[in-house]
Amino acid sequence: MTTSNHDHQNHQATNEHPAHHLASADRLAVHLPGLDLKNPIMPASGCFGFGQHYAELYDLNQLGAIMIKAATNEPRLGNPTPRVAETASGMLNAIGLQNPGLEAIMGEKLPWLATNFPDLPIIANVAGTTEADYVAVCQRISQAPNVKAIELNISCPNVAHGGLEFGTDPKMAAALTAACRAVSQVPLYIKLSPNVTDIRPIALAVAAAGADGLTMINTLVGMRLDLRTRQPILANGTGGLSGPAIKPVAVRLIHQVHQVTDLPIIGMGGVMTASDALELIMAGASAVAVGTANFADPQACPRIINELPQVLDQYQISSIQQLIQETAVVR
Amino acid sequence: MIQEQMTIVRQHQLTDDVYELVLAGAMARLPWTPGQFVEVQVPDPRLLLRRPFGVAALDPAQGQLTLLYKTVGAGTAALSQARPGEKLAVLGPLGHGFPSDFLQAGKQALLIGGGTGIPPLYALGRQLHQQGIQLTSALGFATKSQFFYQAEFAALGDLACATNDGSLGFRGHLGLLLDTQFADAQTRFAAIYACGPTGLLMAVNNRYRDHPHAYLSLESRMACGVGECYACVVPAASDTAATAVYKVCDEGPVFATGEVKL
Repeated sequence: MTTSNHDHQNHQATNEHPAHHLASADRLAVHLPGLDLKNPIMPASGCFGFGQHYAELYDLNQLGAIMIKAATNEPRLGNPTPRVAETASGMLNAIGLQNPGLEAIMGEKLPWLATNFPDLPIIANVAGTTEADYVAVCQRISQAPNVKAIELNISCPNVAHGGLEFGTDPKMAAALTAACRAVSQVPLYIKLSPNVTDIRPIALAVAAAGADGLTMINTLVGMRLDLRTRQPILANGTGGLSGPAIKPVAVRLIHQVHQVTDLPIIGMGGVMTASDALELIMAGASAVAVGTANFADPQACPRIINELPQVLDQYQISSIQQLIQETAVVR
Repeated sequence: MIQEQMTIVRQHQLTDDVYELVLAGAMARLPWTPGQFVEVQVPDPRLLLRRPFGVAALDPAQGQLTLLYKTVGAGTAALSQARPGEKLAVLGPLGHGFPSDFLQAGKQALLIGGGTGIPPLYALGRQLHQQGIQLTSALGFATKSQFFYQAEFAALGDLACATNDGSLGFRGHLGLLLDTQFADAQTRFAAIYACGPTGLLMAVNNRYRDHPHAYLSLESRMACGVGECYACVVPAASDTAATAVYKVCDEGPVFATGEVKL
C-alpha cells in the first residue's frame, strides 16, 4: 500500500465522481493508524482463533485484517464448561481467555500467519491480570513483524481479575493505556466495554492517555438459567452476550463515542451482513470486526466483503473512505 | 472440511423424538472417517449456533449422508419440520473419527451405544462389516419405544440390547449388561468403541481404561465446530496440575479411554 494522507485528500477530491469510476479495490480500502486495509472487514478477536482452521475454508488474504485471540503472558486454561449458551439472536460465552500464552503465540501462531499470509495485517488482542502483564505482552508482541496494531482488551467480562476492572474506571484505563503506549512499537487501540453507565469518559480518558484508536464494543454481561436445575447454564454463571441481538447497542455506543473523540473506531457487535457493517460505519466506525457471525456462517467475512460493493451501490456511496469522511464530526 | 448448502432428500420420524435426515451434496463424496461429524444450521434465523451431529451413514455413490437426531430444543424442533427439497447449510467433515486401521479381517470389535450416541457407531459398524471385522453391538435405551436402528445393527452382527425398564432385552443400564454378558470384553475384542451419554462413557472408560484400542466419542456444546473458539474443551486425564485441555471439536470428538477426564 502506498496510501498516505495525501491520497486521502485525492479521494475527497473525487467525491462527485460516480461510483463506477472507482476500481472496486479502492472503494473498500480504509486507512487507520498502523492499518492500511484493502477492505474494512476483519474477524473479531476470540471468534477466529489464529485463523488456522478457517484457512482450510477460504483464502485469508481476502480479509482486511485479523484480530487474533487474546494473548496473555502465561498460557491460560480458561473457564470450566459449559462455556457457551445460545440466546435469541445471540449467544453468551464465558471462555475465560484460554490461550497458549505469549511464547507460543510469538513462536508458532504469528510465524504461521506471517509465512502463509505475509501481507495480512494482524491486530493482536492483549489481555492480562496486572498492568505489568499488559505491558510485558504489548512490548513483545508489538515486535512481531506482522502485528500492525494492538487491541488492548480492558473489557473481558469473563475473568475474575484484570480485563473489565481496567475498562470501567477512566483513571485505571488511562494509566494502563499510557503504560502500554510507552512500550508498544505499533498503534494501540483500546477495546471498550459496553458494561458502563457512560462510555464517553472512558473513551476520552484513553484518548488523552495516548490511545491511537478504539475498538468497540466488547460483549454485554448476561446470564441464562436452566429451568430444570434453576442454576446458570454457564459454569461461570455470567457470560458475554454477542450476536445480532446487541447490534443496536453497538450502533448507539459507537455513535456516542464518535461524537466526542476523533480517534478512529473499529466497530463490532452483531454484524452479520454488509448492511450491518455499513450501519456501524455510518455510526462512526472506520472498520468493522465480525465475531459471532463466524459461528453461524464460517464464511461470513468473505461473504460480507463480497456483498459490500453492491450495498454501497444501493445507497449510492462511492467508497467506504468517502463514507467515513462524510460521517466525520465537524468540531 | 467444506461448507455446503445440502439438499434434504428425505426425513423420517423413527421414534417419538428421533428423526432420520438424509442430505445430498458433494460433502458425502469426500473422504470420511466414521465418528467425524457435521455442523448444521437449523432453519430458524434467531438460532445462530450450528448443531453438531454425528454422521450415521455415508453413501458416496448417491452423494448422500444420513443424520439421526433427537429433538431436544427449539433448534432440533425446527430441523424436524424441514421438508425434502429444502436446503441446509452444513459444515463438515469435522473432527477426528474412530481409529480402525489396526483392525484386521476376522478380528472382533464391540460397539457400545446409548440413546442418540448410536449414529456414529452405525457408520463405523458398516465400514468394519465391509472390512470383514466380526461385530458385536451393545445398545441401550430407556425403554423399548425409544429404540431405533435395531434391525440395522442386527444386520451387522451380534446385537445385545438393554433397556432401563426391561421392555426390550436386558433390564438395566449398559454397564451392567457389559459386566453380565461381556465379562471377557477386555481380551475378546480387538477394539471397543463407545458413544452415548456421559454416564455410559464413564462406565466404558472405567472398564476398558487399559484396553489398547478402546475409544469414546464425546458430545459437547460447541460454537465454531472447527477448533477456534475454545467452547468445547474437556480436561486431559493425565493432567493432575490442570494445565491441559482438549478441544472436543477438532482434537476429538473421539478419544482413547483414559485420555480425558469425564
